[in-house]
Amino acid sequence: MNIGYYPGCALHGSSNDYEQSLQACLGALDIQLQEINDWICCGATAAHALNHKLSLALPARNLALAERDGHKQVFAPCPLCSMQLLKVQKAIAGNGLRAELSQIVEADLRGDGQILNLIQVFQTIGLDKLKAAVKEPLKSITAACYYGCLLTRPPEVVHFDDFEQPKSMEAVLAAMGAKTVEWSYKTECCGAGMTMASEDTVLELAHKILSNAAAHGANCVAVACPMCHVNLDMKQAAVEQRYNEKLGMVIYYLSDLVGLALGLSAEQLGVNRHFVTKA
Amino acid sequence: MSRIGIFTCWCGENIARTVDVDDVAKQVSSLPGVRCSVNYKYMCSDPGQAMVREKIASEKLDGVVVASCSPHMHLKTFRRAAQAAGLNPYLVEMANIREQCSWVHHDRAQATAKAVDIIRLSVEKVRNDAALDPIRVPVTRRALVIGGGVAGIQAALDIADAGYEVVMVEREPSIGGKMAGLSETFPTLDCSQCILTPRMVEVGQHPRIKLYSYSEVEAVEGFVGNFKITIRQKARYVDTAKCTGCGECWNVCPLKKNPSEFDFAMGMRPAIYIPFPQAVPARPVIDKKQCAKLIRNGCGLCEKKCKAEAINFKDEDKLVEEKVGTVVVATGYKLYNIAKEQDKAWLSGYGEYGYGKYKNVIDSLQFERLVSASGPTNGVLKRPSDGAIPKNVVFISCVGSRDNAKGLPYCSKICCMYTAKHAMLYKHKVHDGQAHVFYMDIRAGGKGYDEFVRRAIEQDGARYYRGRVSKITEENGKLIVRGADTLAGVPVTIEADLVVLAAAMRPADGIEELAQKLNIGYDEFGFLLESHPKLRPVETNTAGIFIAGACHAPKDIPESVAQASAAASKVQVMLAADELTREPEIAAINEQTCAACFTCVSTCPYHAIERTELRTGRGAFIKRTARVNPGLCMGCGTCVSVCPSKSADLLGFTEQQVYAEVEALA
Repeated sequence: MNIGYYPGCALHGSSNDYEQSLQACLGALDIQLQEINDWICCGATAAHALNHKLSLALPARNLALAERDGHKQVFAPCPLCSMQLLKVQKAIAGNGLRAELSQIVEADLRGDGQILNLIQVFQTIGLDKLKAAVKEPLKSITAACYYGCLLTRPPEVVHFDDFEQPKSMEAVLAAMGAKTVEWSYKTECCGAGMTMASEDTVLELAHKILSNAAAHGANCVAVACPMCHVNLDMKQAAVEQRYNEKLGMVIYYLSDLVGLALGLSAEQLGVNRHFVTKA
Repeated sequence: MSRIGIFTCWCGENIARTVDVDDVAKQVSSLPGVRCSVNYKYMCSDPGQAMVREKIASEKLDGVVVASCSPHMHLKTFRRAAQAAGLNPYLVEMANIREQCSWVHHDRAQATAKAVDIIRLSVEKVRNDAALDPIRVPVTRRALVIGGGVAGIQAALDIADAGYEVVMVEREPSIGGKMAGLSETFPTLDCSQCILTPRMVEVGQHPRIKLYSYSEVEAVEGFVGNFKITIRQKARYVDTAKCTGCGECWNVCPLKKNPSEFDFAMGMRPAIYIPFPQAVPARPVIDKKQCAKLIRNGCGLCEKKCKAEAINFKDEDKLVEEKVGTVVVATGYKLYNIAKEQDKAWLSGYGEYGYGKYKNVIDSLQFERLVSASGPTNGVLKRPSDGAIPKNVVFISCVGSRDNAKGLPYCSKICCMYTAKHAMLYKHKVHDGQAHVFYMDIRAGGKGYDEFVRRAIEQDGARYYRGRVSKITEENGKLIVRGADTLAGVPVTIEADLVVLAAAMRPADGIEELAQKLNIGYDEFGFLLESHPKLRPVETNTAGIFIAGACHAPKDIPESVAQASAAASKVQVMLAADELTREPEIAAINEQTCAACFTCVSTCPYHAIERTELRTGRGAFIKRTARVNPGLCMGCGTCVSVCPSKSADLLGFTEQQVYAEVEALA
């Protein structure tokens, strides 16, 4: 199965381990990711702080490129990127800003394609099919599924799962034979880009998230967002140092765990490239 | 008619601002059949009405057009004025040049021309009007009260004390409603049960009140003064006539672990139960979904134990009919369900508060039961998870109310007050505890209300934070409540033992179905509509049906009681009359031309048309025909539009009149 792929800046930069994980995991499931030609930055958190129209026009161009390339489904592994694409679709629905945005990006925007996050890619494959492909059930994994803020929000844009008490990631991991825990910080913010501007904020938030996951019995955390991974994995040593507490919590991309269950190695998935590699 | 008077109103500035009333009056004075045309600043005022009366007399008018507001507003006013001057009131027509002209237009010249057109239509209608006489109908001097909460109880007692019979229908096993479950009431902290239960007993013992508990209104037929109500008495499996209420049955019942509806699942009850000790009637019911005998023919202990032989496992729902003249609807409210599952797609719940997930997050009615002396904990505040006494309690107001994002934009009105009361009651029970209240605004309008809130803060030390709670999580048995104090401009985190959510008020379940049976209006949220928000607050748009209490809008006890007494006094006015008059603008069938196809009979929504035969004086058959029952016809006109032989017509709105109006525009 071919699927349109919008990597966004992170997956070609700081989070190329995420891309490696996706390529390996989805490749094993016979999913070919077809990168959108000539894609640009989605504007992330910078554009909407400057200019509302710019914040729509940037992802609108990516949407137009995906439509030009004939992709019915576009997978954006970063929740912020996929939310931006969905935001454009919402803005042009019912002809709201369709004409204006089409003029700006010099293409007739249709907005009829399907934008998928990582969990939705697995749902599209089908959990039954995933389960049937499992070679190494994840018996030793007890994961805290961490959705972060953007995977389910804003609910009126992304329309994905229960935005306060989501369950979809747990369902994927259950199919992989892993255990999951009910915990309190599933949809809390990790501090995201504040990691640059105010590291203290991120350390405090990451500490709360990680220690709550541990307190509820998790031995690892599953994420589906490059930013969440950065703040929980790369910053974990700083959290441990600041709070003088040993956490040793491995942070997996959801595709890492699915890949491991499919029999792929940690090296193939890039799990060995994480900062925290074992408890 | 050739002596028509036209009375054009300025409505102060409302019409005159956009419509040149002088010019209008001048233009329409030359319409065919018009005898005189005048204008005046307030035609509905005394001098205005006097002008109408005087012109009718001096000009010997035989038809009147009042060009002013909607007929809903003042048609009756001017018909009365005409009648006083000796003119048949049905020869008065309104030309609506306010709602349908001046209010919706800006261009003065065009609005003036349109006003002339509207009046021209009405003149044509009057020219084809016929004098009509009101229909007189007898009155059944009994009232139906639907709902046995405090509003229904008040209305029923008022009506019954005035000497009329009352039929009360309550769907729960006991009357008392929500108030029976409350602990103490604001702003005086008098015990809710202590003031309500004597009133409940009065209802139960009143010689003129017939109480149907555990019953629902199945169907409503008829019209003002002559309603026929079908009541479904749900199978109770207990013969209330034989039962003495001794309690042997519910003591012996082995299935004691069913969540009590009356305690909002904070306590348990047996499968055969009375909801609370002071229930009226003090007769149990068997929950057929729980009883082992009814499910699988087991147990039967209650039957063996009952000396009165009152248990009847073969009981079935019964339908009974009652005839009444008027109806008071007092069906009350329920709380917004804060959990995720919602009954309407446009409601989304508050997943972030974890209601239903965390045992110690409860709603305000559940809290009432936990602090009520008659509650499952006998008034000792124990939290649901482990029975510990909570030392820190967070109260969150406006949960669901005033929140467009969650679907309910309105203010539930009573939560500010009862939340202050909760904070107070909590402090009175747990002296070393701390109450925290998150609020949007404090709305404490009412006698002694603001003082009450100040007391909660100043004497009982409740901490008030102006701001919302964003999320509640649970860690190590504590609820971590994160919110904002927007006055101090800081985020607040409180480790609470118990969280109480002041959930929004919504109308009780089934209100829409009931409103449809009664043919009365309701708003998008299901609250029943009053006829006029200021001047007819307890009437509905269906004659003879009144509303009281929280089925109309969120209300506290004093307001519900006041409204119930108001509804009761309206009922008494109606029942005091020997007969009622109805508007004569109903359908009539020309029995000579009727082809007896009876299409009208099957399409009439009010079942007001019957099949009959025309016979000579000696009884010889002439022909079959349809005939309208003037008592039932509501004048909707459906029969007129379906009649293939053009034999049906609507008096006061005849086809001739309607065509004349249309042609006047050509």
